[in-house]
Amino acid sequence: MKLTVWTYEGPPHVGAMRVATAMKGLHYVLHAPQGDTYADLLFTMIERRNHRPPVSYTTFQARDLGADTATLFKASCQDAVDRFDPEAIIVGASCTAELIQDDPAGLAETMGLSIPVIPLELPSYSRKENFGADETFYQIVKALAQPQERTARVTCNILGPTALGFRARDDVEELTGLLSEMGIEVNVVAPLNATPTDIARLPAAHFNVLLSPETGEAAARFLEKNHGQPFTKIVPIGVGATRDFIKEVAAITGVSGNVDESRLRMPWWSRSVDSTYLTGKRVFIFGDGTHVAAHARIARDEMGFEVVGIGCYNREMARPIRALAKEYGVEAFITDDYLEVEAAIEALSPEMILGTQMERHIGKRLGIPCAVISAPVHVQDFPARYSPQVGFEGANVIFDTLIHPLVMGLEEHLLTMFRDDFEFHDDAGASHHGGKAKAKIAETVDAPAQPQGDNVIWLSDAERELKKIPFFVRGKARRNTETFALEKGLHEISLDTLYEAKAHYAR
Amino acid sequence: MNVPLPPTNGGCRTAPILKERGQREVFCGLTGIIWLHRKMQDAFFLVVGSRTCAHLLQSAAGVMIFAEPRFGTAILEEQDLAGMADAHVELDREVEKLLARRPDIRQLFLVGSCPSEVIKIDLARAAERLSQVHAPHVRVLNYSGSGIETTFTEGEDACLASMVPVLKDTKARELLVVGALPDVVEDQMVSLLTDMGIGPIRLLPARRIDDTTAVGENTVFALTQPFLGDTHAALERRGARHLAAPFPFGDEGTTAWLRTIAMEFGVSEETFESVTAAPRARARKAIAQAAEALRGKSVFFFPDSQLEIPLARFLTRECGMTAIEVGSPYIHDALHGPDLDLLPAGPQISEGQDVDKQLARARTARPDLTVCGLGLANPLEAEGLSTKWAIELVFTPVHFYEQAGDLAGLFSRPLRRKAVLQMEAAE
Repeated sequence: MKLTVWTYEGPPHVGAMRVATAMKGLHYVLHAPQGDTYADLLFTMIERRNHRPPVSYTTFQARDLGADTATLFKASCQDAVDRFDPEAIIVGASCTAELIQDDPAGLAETMGLSIPVIPLELPSYSRKENFGADETFYQIVKALAQPQERTARVTCNILGPTALGFRARDDVEELTGLLSEMGIEVNVVAPLNATPTDIARLPAAHFNVLLSPETGEAAARFLEKNHGQPFTKIVPIGVGATRDFIKEVAAITGVSGNVDESRLRMPWWSRSVDSTYLTGKRVFIFGDGTHVAAHARIARDEMGFEVVGIGCYNREMARPIRALAKEYGVEAFITDDYLEVEAAIEALSPEMILGTQMERHIGKRLGIPCAVISAPVHVQDFPARYSPQVGFEGANVIFDTLIHPLVMGLEEHLLTMFRDDFEFHDDAGASHHGGKAKAKIAETVDAPAQPQGDNVIWLSDAERELKKIPFFVRGKARRNTETFALEKGLHEISLDTLYEAKAHYAR
Repeated sequence: MNVPLPPTNGGCRTAPILKERGQREVFCGLTGIIWLHRKMQDAFFLVVGSRTCAHLLQSAAGVMIFAEPRFGTAILEEQDLAGMADAHVELDREVEKLLARRPDIRQLFLVGSCPSEVIKIDLARAAERLSQVHAPHVRVLNYSGSGIETTFTEGEDACLASMVPVLKDTKARELLVVGALPDVVEDQMVSLLTDMGIGPIRLLPARRIDDTTAVGENTVFALTQPFLGDTHAALERRGARHLAAPFPFGDEGTTAWLRTIAMEFGVSEETFESVTAAPRARARKAIAQAAEALRGKSVFFFPDSQLEIPLARFLTRECGMTAIEVGSPYIHDALHGPDLDLLPAGPQISEGQDVDKQLARARTARPDLTVCGLGLANPLEAEGLSTKWAIELVFTPVHFYEQAGDLAGLFSRPLRRKAVLQMEAAE
């Protein structure tokens, strides 16, 4: 038993729903009690989908438990097939149905349906949503993919994008364009918008592009082993990763890796002088393993940030993220407990967080800007505009995403210049964040210096000086000075200590 | 006094009810925790359940309110199911940790879920044991919010019913008002009743654990929510008497609800009029404004919160709408009867749900406004129907006079929005 407040991932059957909802012509018959239908709103509200997920819930209640839930399952199954006329169905149990052990797979098999019935075994009490999606997609591919000849032209499949995926819709479009520039046609994208018939055609492609390892890796491995299709290991998020990806595809296929980069604006945007202010900004990165790994590289090598901590919530990616953390010389946080993540962020006090909707809330609470880079996300992170993460346009989009929460370069200096102006005050914040500005409150009398941290006392002149430092770097200055004082064995921070620390940390 | 006139064509109380069962597009009772934990600020709700339960709680509200909430889920893991871990020992440990971290908590609700019910974790026994351990500082109660036993708002009913047995005994003649209302609405209600000279007024749930809410054979109680069937029965078992009335939505419902209590307490007509005249006038004016867009339009209710029947009464009688179908998860005559009496005959009254069949009826009827859950709203909008998502009706202050205009506004906004959006090219 483990106490949980907010979760990064839902149960595994929600992962199966992400696959079913992404596909067309597939129906999911889910043995589940009344109430599990809440999951529909993830798709219809959060992702703004315009149709119900193709899921029939058996909706058993307490009075059914003593009677016959198996018959209820069969009736729901028959109803779903008659009403929705799917090409194939997947059948499984939610957490409660797993306990009553009705064996949906066995029951569906005895019904003699004329369409493929794909049973799912998703252990609800040990696994989570990403596993559920990955396993479901794998089972579908295993059941439906047919051995066949390769296409005459060089083609690939794009594997992994699901419903509720982070920017999946636009990533598929961007990636399709990039591959097309290389002369490679996309055979099938799956599961997003694929039909069971499309799944059968997967083995016709020459190789697979694994866009979302979290939800597509098991299927990619199956296709490699059983249909001889190699798959790409690099997810093209970021400038460097996209260039590496192009090389990887060129190596697999023998096509030329010369791709027109004229649309790629990110490197110049990052080199231009206004971006100088980004140098060394301390960032904390948390999300799913794939997006965290990509953003660690972007943050350090392409934005010039300092990465102060990374982590992921999906244990399946613990090993690569730990290795990456070692390379970056930081601690890895592998946890799905948001309270632990919050504590880590509070302790590291970064200047920016790259995270999920959870970290956005944490940032709001701690007053730290946050850019959302990974699922799970809320309704505002399903943009109407074209907003991919992969490829060259993805790199451009990410540059914008990462600088938006921050104060612009020249503005940072103007803020410093004007901070003693009677018409200006700290809480005014960045000019493009109008909604967050607060009206100036009357100055209050300085509170006596409080010990901060481990018994270090701020003398009043140092405390006053600290307040003159712009608010967005004040936290860092306070922390650096205290660390410096502790290292020097000082118990009081004077004006001199403050400036000695500043000199010590100058870069 | 103003007595609402029954409809000339007869009401719906004796109308045949279409009873259906099949797939239900509803939340389970755990959802009530979202508003109950805001109402009882010294209470913590600990769900004993699965990852699904935790995921529901953070998804159902539509957005997360990311303060550390006063609810959480003790997620059952494989060793709990395999009997390798004693669930009770595990639960005691989690509760110990929780209460140590949150010394402000005075009431703890252990909330049963589908998995905990199926594997039969005896939460009543756990509550009793933990009460002894943590008394007197913390009172531990239990109820089930599981989907196999409760539909959406029935979770609040189960919670309040669990509190009835521990209410103190009283012989005093008191009014007990039952149902979780937003504080601002509750204050308005108490002030209206107090101005009529009615008192003492006790509340269930009280905002904080208290000794003043008591019950006995001289207690009369009024319900502010139409989904409190079990609580109603539990209070009657303690000897209290129910004051049946239409529910306090809109001018007419609020007046009828207040009047029932006023008559019970012998309030004079002059007093009643002087207390209610001004807020009634305000309510009428506000409703009239908001109802402009609703007049002559048709409405179709999918079953959701059991608020459907009283709201259909409000929309048809006070906002000029026509009801096509009024679906409710459950219909209790003792609670819904007075509203059914006033609801003009005509609509199909339905209980329970087979969602695909009901969707087919809605598509055929093409109502001007469909009131339904979050899972159905966008798909129906995409088919060209206007919808009002029902969960807003339980999250928003909608009871009594001062909110009557807001209530009508919740229904009119989707229609007004549809009217203002113009995206065609100019002629």
